[in-house]
Amino acid sequence: MSNAVLNCGYVPLVDCAPLVIAKELGFAAEEGLALNLVRQPSWSALRDMLALGHLDAAQMLSPMPVAMSIGFGGLPARVDTLMVLSVNGTVFGVSNEVAADLGAIPFGDADAILAALSARKGAKLRVGVPFHYSMHRLLLSYWASTASGLQIEKITVPPPRMADAVADGFVDAFWVGEPWGSVAVRQEVAQLMMMGRNVWQFAPEKVLAARHDWVETNGDAAARLMRAVYKASAWLDAQRNKPLAVEILARSEHLSMSPDLIDPALSGDIITRHNTAPTPVGRFLQFHKHAATFPWRSQAAWIASQLGADAAGIEKAKACFRADLYRQNLAGIGADMPGASEKEEGALHFETAVASSRGHMILAPDAFFNGRTFDFSSK
Amino acid sequence: MNQKLRILVVEPDPARVRAIIDALNDAGWSDVKALAQMSALDRTVKEFAPDIVLIDLANPDRDTLEHISDATETSKRAVALFVDQTDDTLTQAALSAGVSAYVVDGLKMERIKSVLETAIARFKIMRQMQSELDAAKQALEDRKTIDRAKGILMRQRDMSEDAAYTLLRTTAMSQNRKVIDVAHALVTAADLLS
Repeated sequence: MSNAVLNCGYVPLVDCAPLVIAKELGFAAEEGLALNLVRQPSWSALRDMLALGHLDAAQMLSPMPVAMSIGFGGLPARVDTLMVLSVNGTVFGVSNEVAADLGAIPFGDADAILAALSARKGAKLRVGVPFHYSMHRLLLSYWASTASGLQIEKITVPPPRMADAVADGFVDAFWVGEPWGSVAVRQEVAQLMMMGRNVWQFAPEKVLAARHDWVETNGDAAARLMRAVYKASAWLDAQRNKPLAVEILARSEHLSMSPDLIDPALSGDIITRHNTAPTPVGRFLQFHKHAATFPWRSQAAWIASQLGADAAGIEKAKACFRADLYRQNLAGIGADMPGASEKEEGALHFETAVASSRGHMILAPDAFFNGRTFDFSSK
Repeated sequence: MNQKLRILVVEPDPARVRAIIDALNDAGWSDVKALAQMSALDRTVKEFAPDIVLIDLANPDRDTLEHISDATETSKRAVALFVDQTDDTLTQAALSAGVSAYVVDGLKMERIKSVLETAIARFKIMRQMQSELDAAKQALEDRKTIDRAKGILMRQRDMSEDAAYTLLRTTAMSQNRKVIDVAHALVTAADLLS
C-alpha cells in the first residue's frame, strides 16, 4: 500500500528543521505518510494556501494560528496548533552606526541594550521584523514598551532581504530568525545584540498548524504527522546528531543554504560581530527538550494578550493550542505529559522538575527579562 | 460606475506591469497606478488610497503590504480578497492564476468582480508564458546534460554517438528511470572521479 500524501507548507528558515528531518530520515514514512513539503514565498501566501485548503498542514509563526482563530489580520479562519515545532531561535541586531552609538554592551543584556537605545539621540529606531503576527514582533513590542523614552517603528521586511535593508539604511535594527542574523553579520552591515531568549527565556517560535475542520475529519493523518515530527524533534535535539543534522539540512533541496549558515543556530555558537570568535550561547534554538513541543495553552493566552485580545479572544486562543490532541496522540509513543496544560508564564527562573505522566519532566526557565509573570488560568 | 475604482498594481517586472495595466485600461479602468519599489509602498498606499491592490500571490512583499494594511489606522482597512469566500469559484480561480488582491473592507464583491476577472485572465496568460519559458530552459539544460553523458561514454567506452545514446536509453528503461536521470548520475559520478 502506498503512503498517504500530506502537503505541508514551510518557509525556508533553519527552524523548519523538524519537518525536513521527519521527511528525510524517514520518520514520516514510518508513520505511513508521504510528506510533501511545499515551500512558500511569504507567510501571507502560506496562510492563504492553508486556509483555502491547498495545504493540509503548515509550519507557522506561533502568533499566526492565534490571530487567525481570534479573527485578527488579513484572513481569519479556524486554525489549530497541533504542537510547537521550535522554541526561541531569533536574534536582535543593530546597524554598525547604531552599534557605534551604543558602545560596548555585553551580548544578551536586554536591560543595558534598552537603556542605551533609549539614551540615544535621534529619530525613531526603525526595526525590521518578518511579519506582523510573529513572536519577533511581539517580543520587540513587549521589550521596547518597558522603556519610556524609546520610539520604535516596526517595518515588515522579508527575512532574506533583511541584511540589504540594513545596508541601504531602510532599517536601523532588526529582529529575525536564523540564518538571516548571521548573514547580516557576515555582510559586515550589522552586529547582533541579543537573542529572543534574553527577553523571554522560553518563547514558542514556530508551530505545526492545520485547519480545525481538517483536523476533525483527518484525525488519523494528524496523529501520524504529529508522531513523525515528535520523533524528528527528539532526534534533532540529541547533541551527537547536530553535525549530521547540519549536513542533511544543507544537502536537502528544501533549505538551499550552505552548512556554515545552518550551523550557528543548531550549535548555538553565534558570531555576533564580524571577525570575532563565536559566542557559545545556551538554549539558542530548542526542538524537543523540556517539553518544547508541548502546546501550552498559557503560551497561546500570552500571545493573545499581547495582540490585545479580550477575555473571549484569550479563551479562543487557548482552545486553538491543542494540548488535548497532543496528549491523545503522543502518549502512546512515550512522550512525557505535564500534569497541567497551562502554567504561569514567566514563573521559572531555573530548571524545575514538575509533575508529569512518566515523572521525568524538567521544565526550562521561562522568565521574562523584567521578571513579570502571567497567570491566565480561569479561577 | 466601475471606472471610479482606484487600482494599485505592485509588481517589480516592468513588462508584467505593462501587461496588467494594459489589460485593465482596455477593460475600462483608467485610474491604475503601478509600484515597483517596496520602500515607497507605505507612502503610496496612504497618498493614492487605492480601493484594490493587486499583487502576485508569490511576491514576498505581500507580508509588508499586509502589515501596512493592518497597522494603518484609517477607516479604510484593507482585507485580503480571500476573506470574501462568497464566490468560491472566483477565489479558487485567483489562487490558481496566482493573483492576490487586497480590497477596502466593505467594498461589495460585485463591484470588484470584473476587475478581478480581468486580472485573473491576465495573470493566467503570464503564468502560462512563464511555465513555457521554464520548460524550454529545462529542456535545454537536460539536453546539455545528456550531451555531456554521451560525450563521457564516447570517450571512455570508445562508442559512437548513437551507440552512447542507445546505451543511456536501454539503461534507463531497464532501471525504470528517465534518460535524464541516468545522464545526471553519470555526469555526477564522472565529476567525482575526475
